[in-house]
Amino acid sequence: MKKLYILLVLMALVYSVSSLYSAAETAPRKPDPSGITTGNASDVPAAKPNEPTLTELANQIGHNKVAINIVWTLITGFLVFFMQAGFAMVETGLTRAKNAAHTMAMNLFVYGLGVFGFWMCGFAFMFGGVGGLGTLGGFDGLNQEFTITLFGHAFGLIGTKGFFLHGVYDVGVFTLFLFQVVFMDTAATIPTGAMSERWKFISFTIYGVVVGAIIYPLFGNWVWGGGWLSQLGTNFHLGHGHVDFAGSSVVHMTGGVIALVGAWILGPRIGKYNRDKSPNAIPGHNIPMAVVGAIILAFGWFGFNPGSTLAGGDLRISVVAVNTLIASIMGAIAATLWMWIFRSKKPDPTMMVNGLLAGLVAITAPCAFVNVQCAGLIGLISGILAVEGAFFVERKLRVDDPVGAVAVHGINGAWGCLALGLFADGTYGDGWNGVAGTVKGLFYGDGSQFTAELIGVVTNFIVIGAVSYIIFKLIGAGVGNRVSAKTEMDGLDIPEMGVEGYAGIKLDKASETPLSR
Amino acid sequence: MKKIEAIIRTSKFEEVKEALHGIDIDFFSYWDATGVGNEKKKSEVTYRGTHLDTAFIPRRTLEIVVRDQNVRKTVDCVLAASFTGEIGDGRIFVTPVEEAWKIRNKQSGDDSLKGADEK
Repeated sequence: MKKLYILLVLMALVYSVSSLYSAAETAPRKPDPSGITTGNASDVPAAKPNEPTLTELANQIGHNKVAINIVWTLITGFLVFFMQAGFAMVETGLTRAKNAAHTMAMNLFVYGLGVFGFWMCGFAFMFGGVGGLGTLGGFDGLNQEFTITLFGHAFGLIGTKGFFLHGVYDVGVFTLFLFQVVFMDTAATIPTGAMSERWKFISFTIYGVVVGAIIYPLFGNWVWGGGWLSQLGTNFHLGHGHVDFAGSSVVHMTGGVIALVGAWILGPRIGKYNRDKSPNAIPGHNIPMAVVGAIILAFGWFGFNPGSTLAGGDLRISVVAVNTLIASIMGAIAATLWMWIFRSKKPDPTMMVNGLLAGLVAITAPCAFVNVQCAGLIGLISGILAVEGAFFVERKLRVDDPVGAVAVHGINGAWGCLALGLFADGTYGDGWNGVAGTVKGLFYGDGSQFTAELIGVVTNFIVIGAVSYIIFKLIGAGVGNRVSAKTEMDGLDIPEMGVEGYAGIKLDKASETPLSR
Repeated sequence: MKKIEAIIRTSKFEEVKEALHGIDIDFFSYWDATGVGNEKKKSEVTYRGTHLDTAFIPRRTLEIVVRDQNVRKTVDCVLAASFTGEIGDGRIFVTPVEEAWKIRNKQSGDDSLKGADEK
């Protein structure tokens, strides 16, 4: 009992002393359910609380402006990362079940490998000399670009600062890095679709690092890093230089060209072609997966295109988003109708997927520069290009592309840039690439813009084609590119990955391979 | 005792099963089968514009072991119930059975094939 009394007295003492202290502070303010009084002058850092000076106000405004841009760029970057799931699902859905673990693993692992390559040196190569980060806070430390002089002009070739993000520990740079690395990842994952079902995982692994470290940043520097393609305007009066808003050429055409070269070097899957060169169908095993993947990609693209303003305060993002949307649906409609009326006489869901994606790819370059009616037209043409392009690649080039990556990304990536050169309407882009005035295409008064786009597209095809050819040949000489015939017939899951994609499900692996006649 | 192997269309299976129950044939096994036949029609299935060689009709094989006195009525029943008149209706084969055993009570021969309500 005595102990209890002492305990009670102590508690009373502590409580009364503490209430003395809390009574000395101000009472808590009223809760704000409507949000009207939350956020006011007291939230602006000021020497005299609640009375900021003009300078203090200006600082806060500037900070908020940059904050909106950084938040926007990061969030849209997260959306673009999510596109990885879309690619994984489209590619696995359109290929066979016996290779599902391998195809999925490529799409997952290319994220890790490519990002590592980009962090190691790709970002430095691509953006080491990009200059001041205007919308993201103005840091100007990315100022080392290796340049040569040709025809009396500076030709920026490659950046040389920021390896492993060393020496550029700035919030703006880190924002840019995240946004750009997920774009690299998009380009890196495109060839895994065209080359799936017969690509050695070790060969792919080496490719994964190299694409993020070297192949993608090379052309990327020339267009987005301040390199020579972006300076075709200031150097040679060709429009605003090669303009590519969100990456029809930098991301998609690069991916498509690598896919073409890689699929061509690998050769077609066993059973794909007959002796008379006619193709056999090798159906994908999961159409629902492919369709959901396409929808995920379309969603992620709302980060891909509007995010490329790198500025949430640049309200053109609304036009960019709607252009993206309209082009995508026109692509899906055009591709489906084209198949339905002219080709297989059925509204093929896989071509629906390809058409949707083709519209998105084609609008990626011009989305900020065209009006919505032109966006619809660009999407319509891209849908037809996706279908006819797939047939061209399969039947004329005789390159086996299980998912249509070359048609969707390569051909429409090129079309997107050329479309910019035709349809840019002059309502945006003042000062782009250092050239005064808004961006205009051929039909709006500036034919030289089309020339600049054409030069960029041709350069991409030649350079990316050559570089990826050399890389694949080197990898092939080292570890080999293609799996053995037995592995291909058994399915790559067990021999290459050691894990079945669908354990417990009986697969008729032999019948999944058509007979080459 | 005879084994009646009937390869019929899967779409006709429920009808055949009901018909067999109607003549007191309640015991048989069945499984899905893939086969080729005289189908000359080019398949309508295309994948991305290329025709797929999948000209098959889903088929189910029934394996019915019956006593000699029930062979005729079983065969007639299956013939009638599985008929459509189109190419691909299927086939019936009858082969002799040497021994038949019921595992639960070790009965053999004709006795093991008696129906549940027969004595």
